[in-house]
Amino acid sequence: MQEPLLTMKNIYKSFPGVRALQNVNFTLYEGEIHALMGENGAGKSTLIKVLTGVYPMDGGEIYIKGENRPVHIKSPQDAHKHGISTVYQEITLCPNLTVAENLFIGRNDELLVDWKKNNSRAEGILEELGIPAKPTQQLSNCSIAVQQMVAIARAVDMDCKVLILDEPTSSLDDQEVTKLFLLMRELKSRGVGIIFVTHFLEQMYAICDKITVLRGGELVGEYKVMDLPRVELVAKMMGKELGDLADIHNKAQTDNENTKEVIIETVGLASNSGVKPFDFKAYKGEVTGFAGLLGSGRSECVRAIFGADKVTKGKIKIKGNEVNITSPLKAMKKGIGYLPEDRGRDGIIGDLSVRENIVLALQAMRGFFRPFTKAQAQAFADEYISLLNIKTASADTPVKSLSGGNQQKVILARWLLTHPDYLILDEPTRGIDIGTKVEIQKLVLRLASEGMSVTFISAEIEEMLRTCSRLIVMRDLFVVGELEGDDMTQDKIMYTIAGVNKSE
Amino acid sequence: MTKNNIKPSTQRGVSVFKTISKHRLFIPIAFLMFLLLLNIFIKPGFLRISLGRDSSGNPVLIGNLVNILNNATELVILAIGMTLVTASSKGQDISVGSTIAIVGGVIMRVLCGNETQPTELKAPIILAFLLGCLAGMVCGAFNGILVAKFKIQPMVATLILFTAGRSIGSMAMGGLKPKAVSSFGYYGNFIPGFPIPTPILITILVVAITYIALKKTNLGLYTRAVGINDRSSRLNGLNPAKIKFMAYVIMGFCVGIAGFVQSSRVQTVNPYTIVPGIEMDVILAVALGGNSLGGGTVNMAGSIIGAYTLQTLTSMLTTLNVNTNAVPVFKAVIIILLVAIQTPAVKNFFSNKAKVSKIISNQGKESA
Repeated sequence: MQEPLLTMKNIYKSFPGVRALQNVNFTLYEGEIHALMGENGAGKSTLIKVLTGVYPMDGGEIYIKGENRPVHIKSPQDAHKHGISTVYQEITLCPNLTVAENLFIGRNDELLVDWKKNNSRAEGILEELGIPAKPTQQLSNCSIAVQQMVAIARAVDMDCKVLILDEPTSSLDDQEVTKLFLLMRELKSRGVGIIFVTHFLEQMYAICDKITVLRGGELVGEYKVMDLPRVELVAKMMGKELGDLADIHNKAQTDNENTKEVIIETVGLASNSGVKPFDFKAYKGEVTGFAGLLGSGRSECVRAIFGADKVTKGKIKIKGNEVNITSPLKAMKKGIGYLPEDRGRDGIIGDLSVRENIVLALQAMRGFFRPFTKAQAQAFADEYISLLNIKTASADTPVKSLSGGNQQKVILARWLLTHPDYLILDEPTRGIDIGTKVEIQKLVLRLASEGMSVTFISAEIEEMLRTCSRLIVMRDLFVVGELEGDDMTQDKIMYTIAGVNKSE
Repeated sequence: MTKNNIKPSTQRGVSVFKTISKHRLFIPIAFLMFLLLLNIFIKPGFLRISLGRDSSGNPVLIGNLVNILNNATELVILAIGMTLVTASSKGQDISVGSTIAIVGGVIMRVLCGNETQPTELKAPIILAFLLGCLAGMVCGAFNGILVAKFKIQPMVATLILFTAGRSIGSMAMGGLKPKAVSSFGYYGNFIPGFPIPTPILITILVVAITYIALKKTNLGLYTRAVGINDRSSRLNGLNPAKIKFMAYVIMGFCVGIAGFVQSSRVQTVNPYTIVPGIEMDVILAVALGGNSLGGGTVNMAGSIIGAYTLQTLTSMLTTLNVNTNAVPVFKAVIIILLVAIQTPAVKNFFSNKAKVSKIISNQGKESA
């Protein structure tokens, strides 16, 4: 049997409070394109960072072909020496240098550089790999795809045996992806082992030979692509076994009211984030959900509705009237609230106090010249601190010093204070403790029973099944289905995500 | 028994000191006090204020404190604008000195027309003032567009006017160097018959307006929110670009007022030498006031105190007869010390020491 190019055995890695990797094994052979798949927090990037020496591992062994003993990779430079190169989603080359300079910079120790020689050598490399770029062209003038290919060429020219492509296709269009795949096949035929991290199922099935699935820091398994149908892959990534998913969804149906008022409706809405035109309706007193894998466009849909991304096509109607939402403020004034997915980056304003964070959105709606008095703001803060049971030393505490769950409650309070008709909660339960998760889900149901229309997005399907009465299912930036009532089962969701019709 | 009674009261004393020392104005005020004390030590009559008469026989207040309050006017007014610019755009406007040259040039041109030594003012002073402010705000708007709309780093964006401003000021005056009649000097010196220097009154007015603006509008909250996290601010309905732009326009307005006071002081403007290096003093005042130069804090009172602190320092060095050429060196050394004390590294060092000594003393008590 062929000797593997790279073997990672029993890898352990933990961060304070989190076990990022537990007993993970990974094997890569020459000339193999091996997909590394998993949802958020599965441990994909941790595994790669351990392999490239960004993080030291806590336990385990890494073997590389041609070296008898387990190797210790201390830094990314060290990884290069062992023939391991990484190309990240964001270009890590120097955009202000030429293609040739980017290929060779930092690689020779000679004091004098013969650029003529380097340029002609670069031309050779580019031609050989079929990369449409000139050596003397400035890198920033090339398309993102070509920039990525140059990064790959640099890695290849450095005699890399293991090439890691970390979500290289997320900012490429279809044509560019095809070109990249050609290059990947070329490298494959030269015997390079490629680790391909992606969340696009189609692309993975188009190019990969093997799949390793991780979930929650643990190895789910290694499979041959042809042996693993999409549905099973989706099930494995989500951690569900097909078949034995007894329907736990047993919620009182709320949609028996005859006069269901449409709160918000989108017609062919698309935005510059890449989400494809979608139709969507949300009724009064209803909880809707967007389901799909990471990167499928769940957040992009709701961001378009809220005006957070630039709408490029389509219409939004609120209670039947067409509205023009060009900024979050306009959406807020139309009665929409949006709790963003990334709490730290888009949600909290870290150095502002809990009180200021709570009143901020309502204050912005009220206007620049009409500030709340401190007493008014304090009253609002006190009301919601006790209502949502926010654990904070005082309303003056900077919000960044609160725990994740309590920060999330502060942002929730901010939006509840604006009394929206339609509230979007994008992964409100991510990264917070189980107790708070349950509290938030209960709150969502209560808000809906009081007549609010809520969209609840979560990476955890059970949470959505428990709270939502209707699910919009997404794949690769398209809305691919809508499930309601008895159709809302984990099986159905996974079949819809995978794009397979369940044969009854 | 007595021991038990004493203990809580000393503890309370300690905790009061702790709350005071934790207050965000503690360090700026402590610096200012320290410098004032040093001045009193150096020159015993430092605090004395007397009523004298100027050359034309009008009553005027004389004294070191009056001079410091008077001379700090431009610095204080500029520090107010700079605080907003720093807080919202995470960078500084280094063009304020050069923009003052433009403002001064505009004011002199309006007042003197094309003559170098006019015997009367060619236009009402209020018009000159308003046009000066307008010039400042136009410059501010220019910087603001570059920073807010084109997302150029503040220091790079304002480098343009920093470089060109003094020449533009000279051009505004038509290449002449006019001197206005002395009635224009009331605003930079004294109004006849009123003993308090006019700049001090202007400062009080500007500070009062700032106070009201911060109290009655969301200026403070919005600038801080945008400076801390502009992505998140946008999702909360704020318009980060507009807020940053406004901060630069307000800065321009402050430059207008400061330029007016400055040109009134000697009723003439040399655009190439007017307020040399003031931009750095202004930025320092903001930093001394406990504002993060990385944005996100609006400690307006701190910036104002910082401006007075710097002026006190300059005045002290003059009192000590330090060679004018050497003043910047002394200033630099003292400023390094002042700023270093506020850095987290030094703060942690001292708080760790305090902890260690506390532990040691506790151990001592236990063993006793």
